[in-house]
Amino acid sequence: MKKILSIMFLFILISGCRQEPAGNGNQAVTAISDEPAYGDALVAGSIGEPSILIPMLAGDSASHDVAGLIFNGLVKYHTDLSVIGDLAESWDISADGLVITFHLRKGVKWFDGVEFTAEDIMFGYKTIIDEKTPTAYQEDYLQVEKAEVLAPQTFRVTYRKPFAPALTSWGNLVVLPKHLLEGRDITKTDFGRNPVGLGRYKLRNWTPGQEVILESNRDYFQGRPYIDRYIYRIIPDPATMFLELKAGGIDLMGLTPIQYTKQTDTKHFVENFRKFRYPVFAYTYLGFNLRHPFFKDKRVRQAIACAIDKKEIVDVVLFGLGKPATGPYVPDTWPYNPNVRTCGYDLGKAKELLNLAGWADRDGDGVLEKDGSPFAFTILTNMGNSLRMNTATIIQRRLAKIGIKVDIRVLEWSTFINEFIDKRRFQAVILGWNIGLDPDQYDIWHSGKTKEKEFNFVGYNNPEVDELLEKGRRTFNMEERKKAYFRIQEILAEELPYIFLYVPDATPIIHARFRGIKPSPIGISYNLERWYVPKALQRHAAMQP
Amino acid sequence: MISFLAKRLLEMIPTLLGITILSFLIIHLAPGKPTDVLTEMNPKITPEARERLEKYYGLDKPLYVQYGLWLKRVVKFDFGESFSTDRRPVIAKIWDTKQPLMERRLFITFVINALSMLLIFLIAIPIGVFSATHQNSFADKVTTVTVFIGFAAPAFWLALLLMMLFGIQLGWLPISGLKSMDYDTLSFFGKVWDRAGHLILPVFISSFGGLAGLSRFMRGSMLEVIRQDYITAARAKGLREKEVVYRHALRNALLPIITLLGLAVPGLIGGSVIFENIFGIPGMGQLFYMSVMTRDYPLVMGILTIGAFLTLIGNLLADIGYMLADPRIRAK
Repeated sequence: MKKILSIMFLFILISGCRQEPAGNGNQAVTAISDEPAYGDALVAGSIGEPSILIPMLAGDSASHDVAGLIFNGLVKYHTDLSVIGDLAESWDISADGLVITFHLRKGVKWFDGVEFTAEDIMFGYKTIIDEKTPTAYQEDYLQVEKAEVLAPQTFRVTYRKPFAPALTSWGNLVVLPKHLLEGRDITKTDFGRNPVGLGRYKLRNWTPGQEVILESNRDYFQGRPYIDRYIYRIIPDPATMFLELKAGGIDLMGLTPIQYTKQTDTKHFVENFRKFRYPVFAYTYLGFNLRHPFFKDKRVRQAIACAIDKKEIVDVVLFGLGKPATGPYVPDTWPYNPNVRTCGYDLGKAKELLNLAGWADRDGDGVLEKDGSPFAFTILTNMGNSLRMNTATIIQRRLAKIGIKVDIRVLEWSTFINEFIDKRRFQAVILGWNIGLDPDQYDIWHSGKTKEKEFNFVGYNNPEVDELLEKGRRTFNMEERKKAYFRIQEILAEELPYIFLYVPDATPIIHARFRGIKPSPIGISYNLERWYVPKALQRHAAMQP
Repeated sequence: MISFLAKRLLEMIPTLLGITILSFLIIHLAPGKPTDVLTEMNPKITPEARERLEKYYGLDKPLYVQYGLWLKRVVKFDFGESFSTDRRPVIAKIWDTKQPLMERRLFITFVINALSMLLIFLIAIPIGVFSATHQNSFADKVTTVTVFIGFAAPAFWLALLLMMLFGIQLGWLPISGLKSMDYDTLSFFGKVWDRAGHLILPVFISSFGGLAGLSRFMRGSMLEVIRQDYITAARAKGLREKEVVYRHALRNALLPIITLLGLAVPGLIGGSVIFENIFGIPGMGQLFYMSVMTRDYPLVMGILTIGAFLTLIGNLLADIGYMLADPRIRAK
């Protein structure tokens, strides 16, 4: 990150020295004076089309992206991952952690001018826990024992047990305008395609399959966004999208590692675009079926970990755009334990561990055996993700060096999940998790979560981890939580139900005329309303009302 | 004639029914469910919530009941509601009456396919005739190789190369989509030109691959006719070669081509899936692809049924065309 910033700085200096006359359309855009101004449009490319703009009903990321611009939550994450108020000005948590009282901001208005109150939150809460609402997100809200509106601007929830992820669950999923939706079935109204929100942008026009045009909310409670229009262009093919970027048809897209490192270093890109890089809240792992006789033995898993060079995978597969992972958290975030012991890349140790576990090459064919069966297994991964396929190939080669024969099988996503993961018909898999900003990973590691369709599909079972997971989600005390999650990482690094491979970087590129972008651990789009284009550089004509 | 038509129309009913049963079975056999987009790999979902969602979509009922319910609606021309989270009626996704005609998916796909079909016929028939009359000449070989390159080149790859050439290097044509960002500010002719510009590459790509089949077919058909006795007779009578070829041979050689027209419909629908995705064109093909990926059963079935219906209509029209063109068939 530092390196990129310094390069960028250098570039600004260089282009500043060129002294081209102002107003010349061809000059490097970085040389223009930097005055925030209203206007212009940001065109973002998206592979998928939003389906519905009601956050609690949406399943796909495109819907959540757009709905996130239209609706705000009670709380949100600050750039340092702490929780700060959004629609809530402040909140109190009772000493026992059971009661949260939100004090809402005054004077926030829905797009139709009606004031936002605690009744709207109550309405959203009742809708999300309603049997008839087809939502996938009600689990967190079912933990609530009682919800009350104490005053127009005061909302209180009481939990049965302290629940640490509770606070952040009051994001934008439950904010709905009661005055427009009360008494109506939200799946039957056209609200999902014509929403009335209170966020930074409002929907202006949606042409199915082509584009979603949002215009700025001039009465946004944190100030009118500088950029007048946010246009979401749907381009299903990633290669086409990159060409559109090159041709100026879009301003913002996510790059693949090869595009980031090799295809965007031409003069055209350097002069007209800025690239960003920050870790995604996700990791890729090699997971073992812990019921399988090969992988029951901890030493075998450790041996495999020692034989895999994570740095090599990051360098080759991600072109260096990521970090080796040591546990299920993103490096440099508060739950991340930087001091876990990992093997590193050590073939000698790998061989030694395998010998200890009883594996040896007795017939001299280069493959280890034990009790007459050779050490050969299959890694499954899903189709369409070349990063995972390449990772599998590298692992295959590395494991061959210690006498383990690996086959790779690539499967269509639905088949993979329904026929192999859910039915536990796998030996090892390469998959990834998107992790929330809250460190609670109860569903992935708890031994009670191993039934079909549940997420501890590797069958991990460790009573100490179970206890720590329980502890971590039952306290609001950051230090206590940190301690619990640090310890979990130590245990996971020792027992290795997964081999944590890498945390990839997000690599968006954006046209250089956009200013005010401040990269942070949670990405760049958090302060979208403060992005702007200096008057002289604005490309799209002002909006006709 | 009328009894023939009535018979053909009646025959279409069991065929269509068979197609829908097969499609319904196959799409349900594929692993995965429409609820996956909400539940798959979502740690917040509980088994109860999953069941509730499946019940909501009626997926808990046996397959034949689901098919029966679907059929009951379809005979009333109601394709039901999409299973995607927006729950819009299937028909509104395919033929959205709230949008202008030019933005409706079925219309977009129809226009592009009609244009490319026209282009294929305009180019392939002369090529075929030329190849036949100049059989085994150097020019015949060159055109043969060219059309086969078109046939063999993967459409997505060729499309990207052309986008790079015309969209970026030369900057003559837009890369993707149906219209430009500033479309609304353009004059009438500006709008027409803008739309036409967006169609050039997709129409070219979708027709280039189809040239080989039709031109080779035309060549074969022409060669066969040229060897017939009546052509020899025409030549013997002293007619000019031009007249022999275009007046006597071509007419007869064109007959089998009519059949191809009817058979081309499913191929074109299949091709739409590919080029609409590459060029970001919001037509039926793109919708079909997305609906299959999300296992949106009602939408998949709606598109397949409409596609099957169009194919059957295409065949029927081909038969009628054949009858009109060839008195021998009419007599039977």
